[in-house]
Amino acid sequence: MNARLRRLTSLPLTWPLVTLVCILLFDFLFTPGFFHLELKDGHLFGSLVDIVKNAAPVMIIATGMTLVIATGGIDISVGAVVAIAGAIAGVLVARYHAPLLAVLVLPLIAAALCGAFNSLLIIGFGIQPIIATLILMVMGRGLGQLIIGGRVLWFRMASFEYLGTGYLLGLPVRIFVAAALLALLALALRTTPLGLFIQATGGSAKASRYSGLSVGLVKFVVYTFSGLCAGVAGLVLTANIHGSDAALVGTYIELDAILAVVIGGTSMNGGKFNLLGSLVGALIIQSLTTTIFTKGVPVQFTLVVKAAVVVIVILLQSGEFRRQLAALVPRRATR
Amino acid sequence: MKLRVSRRYVPLLATLFVFVAIFCLGGLQYRAFFSLRVFTNLFTDNAFLGLCAVGMTFVILSGGIDLSVGAMVAFSSTLIASLTQLAHFLPFPAIALVLVIGLLFGLAQGAVIHFYKAPAFIVTLAGMFLLRGLGFVINLNAIPVEDPLMVKLSTLGIPLGEKASLSFSACVLILAVVATAAVLGFTKFGRNVYAIGGSELSVLLMGIPLARTKLAIYALSGFFSAAAGVVFTIYTLSGSAAAAMGLELDAPIINAQSLAANYTNEVGVAGKVRFLKNIADALKKARCPSMNRSVTPISLWNSFLPRLNGRVGTRIHFLSSQEITLRISRRRNS
Repeated sequence: MNARLRRLTSLPLTWPLVTLVCILLFDFLFTPGFFHLELKDGHLFGSLVDIVKNAAPVMIIATGMTLVIATGGIDISVGAVVAIAGAIAGVLVARYHAPLLAVLVLPLIAAALCGAFNSLLIIGFGIQPIIATLILMVMGRGLGQLIIGGRVLWFRMASFEYLGTGYLLGLPVRIFVAAALLALLALALRTTPLGLFIQATGGSAKASRYSGLSVGLVKFVVYTFSGLCAGVAGLVLTANIHGSDAALVGTYIELDAILAVVIGGTSMNGGKFNLLGSLVGALIIQSLTTTIFTKGVPVQFTLVVKAAVVVIVILLQSGEFRRQLAALVPRRATR
Repeated sequence: MKLRVSRRYVPLLATLFVFVAIFCLGGLQYRAFFSLRVFTNLFTDNAFLGLCAVGMTFVILSGGIDLSVGAMVAFSSTLIASLTQLAHFLPFPAIALVLVIGLLFGLAQGAVIHFYKAPAFIVTLAGMFLLRGLGFVINLNAIPVEDPLMVKLSTLGIPLGEKASLSFSACVLILAVVATAAVLGFTKFGRNVYAIGGSELSVLLMGIPLARTKLAIYALSGFFSAAAGVVFTIYTLSGSAAAAMGLELDAPIINAQSLAANYTNEVGVAGKVRFLKNIADALKKARCPSMNRSVTPISLWNSFLPRLNGRVGTRIHFLSSQEITLRISRRRNS
């Protein structure tokens, strides 16, 4: 029994899930109607659907971020890439009345190029990931504003807005977008040794290079994919408000995504990753936010509560803290 | 020998070069830009950013990061404003309290990072949330500071000729830079900071007090960002919990080179502050507030320079890219 419990607590997905369950349990006990689901006009409504819906952009970005962090890097430019992709999509719709395919594909190409630019700085010039992506982070929003022309661009295009606000089989479309992205990645990781290469790069780039692995190529793929994910999130967020606001869309989303990845159990030292954990991490952040809102906590306390929960999660994930906690429990039991 | 020295100072020289270039560019285009007053104002206007960068220097040298500095500036300024205006504290006890809180908060962050082996990025991110939140809890509004002593501090300065003077904030910054340079360059603690950045494991095996040094590093960062909050309050004569958003990422920009090379010099930090500010100043003159963001990253090109080994061609290209950006932003605004 004890051995099984110990095995369970050492699983990477356990602690994120425990946190999520705790938050949901709190809602189950103290927020009446939180688990209520309703079918209206063929759409599913309820706080749970809301959580998944609002977590989707962070989930999408966290997918790419997980791989980046697994190589021992970090990508803080994703918020800016969201803005760039959104700006391009907005301009295509509002100014050029482009067909849907172009509106979807061109921003994604631009986003992937942004990621490739990051990887060029990192591989080609040997700049640390945080500084290299900081360049695009600071520059990207300005670039987005230049593309739009320094204002918020509103547009209407039903087929594009469907991506952000539409429903499929009763569920928000963006959930399927996130799921499709994850499925594609899972397929790539299963059928190719990409996952192994990423872990090897993160474990020791030097050793990987000596064993014949093209570390540069792995990093290129990973950062480009991260840019692509940010582009997808940018499309979803832009379609959601049928407007491009390069100054504000996805502000601080890079921090949320990194938080999701780390809460999900992926080490920032690189070398191993946990994709499902990152998704659970995104869900934790969103269910926390939704809970705070539905409980009617005054706005000024929102950040404090968020910080407190993040600290608790950090501590729970620390082996040292768990050991201290475990040392406390049996002592109490014997007394 | 001579070559080695010059290589060590390449990042600093690059920064100075860009600073002088932009300053000259501004001076050529705008009347009265090329004056001692504008130059000393760079220090005053950026004292809070510089102080954050000074604290961040310790953290980044040791291989960590502190994302909470911007929030600490906002929190400290709100707290001082609330204490002096609403609770009728005297300014100096309020300032002392804020500095102690900053020190203790940094210490707490350092403790979590060190003892629980949590990533600095995430711990200080939580710290940022907490401080921003606490700032809003203290007061949602921006509070004007009318305490006569604070007002006096904001106008205090060492006169340097006509019209120009070195303000109190600027003096604090210069003092902090000099003190930090001395500590990093000439004390055991300073060497330990560099050693931790080199290899934490080696530090542990060598018997250098890792825990004490690491805690002190984060405590110093907290202290300096709280001091930055004090200077910010004196500079703006108000306290707002929404102030200094995004500052935490400006400070590492200034420090980019130390991240790259794991060595720095305090003069370099101050130089970069002046440089960043210069860009902001030139832009203000060019009246392009929203384009502000797109020009700042040019400073980051600096981090290329040591890698490029100072090829002249790239430097020329580097300068022209700035001119282009400035010109684009000016054209769009005229």
